[in-house]
Amino acid sequence: MAIPISYNVRNLKLRKGLTVMTALGIALTVTTAIFLMALLAGLQKAFVSSGNPENVLVLRKGSEAELSGGFDAALFPTLKVLPGIAKDSHGEPMVSGEWVVVIVLPRKDGTGEVNVTVRGMMPDGLELRPSAKLIEGRWFHTGQREVVVSKSIRSRFSHANIGDTMEFGKGAWKVVGVFDAGGSAYESEIWCDVNQMASDFDRQGGYSSAYLRATDPVAADALKNRVSDDQRLKLEGVLETDYYAKQTSSGAPIKYIGIVVAIIMAIGSSFAAMNTMYAAVAYRGREIATLRVLGFSRPAILTSFVFESLLLAMLGALAGILLMLPFNGMQTGTSNAVTFSEVVFSLQITWQVAMYAIIFALAMGLFGGLFPAWHAARQNILTALRG
Amino acid sequence: MTLSSFVVRNTFRNKRRSLLTMLSISFSLLLLTLMMSIWRTFYIDQGPPDSVKRIITRDRVSLAFFLPAYYRDKIRTVPGVVAVVPMTYFGNVYKDDRSTNSFAQVVTDPDEYPKVAADKIVPPDQLFAWQRDRTGAMVDIELAKKFGWKIGDHLTLQSPYFPVHPEVTIRAIYTIDPPVRSLIFNTKYLEESVDWFKGQAGWYLTEVASPSDVAPVSKAIDEMFRNAPQRTKTESQQAFQLSFVSSLGNVKAFILGICGAVVFAILLVSGNTMAMSIRARTREVAVLKTLGFTRPRVLSMFVGEAIALSMAGGALGVLGATLLIRWLTHSPVAIGVPAGMRVTVPTMLASLLVAATVGFVSGCLPAYNASRTNIVEGLRHIG
Repeated sequence: MAIPISYNVRNLKLRKGLTVMTALGIALTVTTAIFLMALLAGLQKAFVSSGNPENVLVLRKGSEAELSGGFDAALFPTLKVLPGIAKDSHGEPMVSGEWVVVIVLPRKDGTGEVNVTVRGMMPDGLELRPSAKLIEGRWFHTGQREVVVSKSIRSRFSHANIGDTMEFGKGAWKVVGVFDAGGSAYESEIWCDVNQMASDFDRQGGYSSAYLRATDPVAADALKNRVSDDQRLKLEGVLETDYYAKQTSSGAPIKYIGIVVAIIMAIGSSFAAMNTMYAAVAYRGREIATLRVLGFSRPAILTSFVFESLLLAMLGALAGILLMLPFNGMQTGTSNAVTFSEVVFSLQITWQVAMYAIIFALAMGLFGGLFPAWHAARQNILTALRG
Repeated sequence: MTLSSFVVRNTFRNKRRSLLTMLSISFSLLLLTLMMSIWRTFYIDQGPPDSVKRIITRDRVSLAFFLPAYYRDKIRTVPGVVAVVPMTYFGNVYKDDRSTNSFAQVVTDPDEYPKVAADKIVPPDQLFAWQRDRTGAMVDIELAKKFGWKIGDHLTLQSPYFPVHPEVTIRAIYTIDPPVRSLIFNTKYLEESVDWFKGQAGWYLTEVASPSDVAPVSKAIDEMFRNAPQRTKTESQQAFQLSFVSSLGNVKAFILGICGAVVFAILLVSGNTMAMSIRARTREVAVLKTLGFTRPRVLSMFVGEAIALSMAGGALGVLGATLLIRWLTHSPVAIGVPAGMRVTVPTMLASLLVAATVGFVSGCLPAYNASRTNIVEGLRHIG
């Protein structure tokens, strides 16, 4: 017969101070783990939500990123007439030749300089990215030295409000609008007219990449292959979704540091939990013996104490999650390993992250509770009753 | 029996509890020492003495833009400059995409490079061989060991930035402490195979005459190119390397956050143990007081116990961190760990100080409560 759960709950309540302190210790470890997992989840989201499955990105053959690409503008008309491309609002093929450069902007809070991506695009570039919504001002006009900035660029850098001018390339650019890219990788970009930008960076006569909108995802796949297989072009087509999925590797340093930190902290917390559970067992020696006399079996005692430890860990996990919730959605940035520029993303405490946090805490509880519970179950009844 | 030995004996009376507490504290302090060492490497360490005379000039906008070759001769004219070499990052991929195979590959001018990298020790005959062979490469000894390379071996390189697969021959192996794990080959060789790269360089590495020249020379170089087609940004090698770290995000806040969590965690653990251990001894405290031990005496005994316990855990943690970092910096598996990272004596002392402070703070409240207990009630206490 199993010992009722209420017995464990009551025991945890009885030794309030000890319970709270141990649970808090576990909570701290859980908080650290959640923080790191939320960072990675946010980064993942930024890249995964960036791609549109109908968009095909065209790069120079052999080039892995837009920044290291570059092909002759003369190839562009050939691209434009490939079959399978959707029509834009003017009835023309929906394609955009683009230039991507990285510029340095000082952070608003004065903590240094950051690389930011500037993307020059054709008017169709905006139609190709319906996920980016204008929230203030207007889009840039073709042929003007105008830029639209993402919401997060506006909040992180000075001179990025509507009406301000930004200095890069060969001079001043007027900020005319702010867009919201919904947490995607575009959230870290500044957009402007491709020809204006190319002349500022002496890149006329070429594009670093081109975006084609296929009529549907299946056509996108065919279009991608058509671009790659065309011997005249010497270009390579990639699905936009695949291109961004690859960039999630930028999170690798955070991931490795995170794993090391979480494991070390977890071992420390497990020892603390073990200490608490040993104390609980020692304190209740006579009680355990009595339970045994009453007919509760050794496995029942073992299970009960392991359960108590798991309960303690669960409390810690919940406290940790609650402590971290206010940070949900907090924005931060890291360097994108592919584009060399900063990618802005927000902390995402998803259900998955919470689940992992709980599993992580339970593992600590299990490790911390197993030995004391084993010790409790193996106690000699007579000695314990006398003690 | 002296008071101190009494404290030590009491500390380890309940062996299991003391051991668990010590282990728990030691893991937390291991992390703390690790974080402090990272902090030191990034923000305090000045790097090897030779590097304080090196400055780096790059495009003001981004490292992704190359600078024209003639900038080199212009930089040479700045007073205080000893030598200038062009440097370009070729890539870091070797064989496949796996990060364990990754190492830095750069191109430069082998003739002048030894003047700016005097801390890389190369046998003169090997250096000469490298300078004479345009397809020659110089590699770090650690790297050569890892891949089993010997002088004369041929390697085929690849790059995410250049559409070529140059074949290089290892002509020289250099030694440097700490190791930098890089492969260096001739910029002319790359220029010959990549048309658009002709007459360009990723950045310029300059050696100045003395450390005090770093600031004025950097300023003079940037001033010189103020109206040139490409403006430059010149900074010390240390600052240049730090800019990569800061691009990872708010590293400082990240490290401080972890340190804060760790310190708070050990405070909890240590406080918990002390509370448990003192509660179990209520009757003993009453006996001590009956024997004539004053309240401050009793208080200091318990606080001393808390400090002894956390210091023991701290020492263990520092030792662990030292071993871990030594392993990390010498392991071929751990890529991206700064080779200059080590646990210095000040870092160790700081960790121990944190441990002692935490012990002190955590012991205060339970000890104060114990010292206050009423003798008669304490003697009656059943625990």
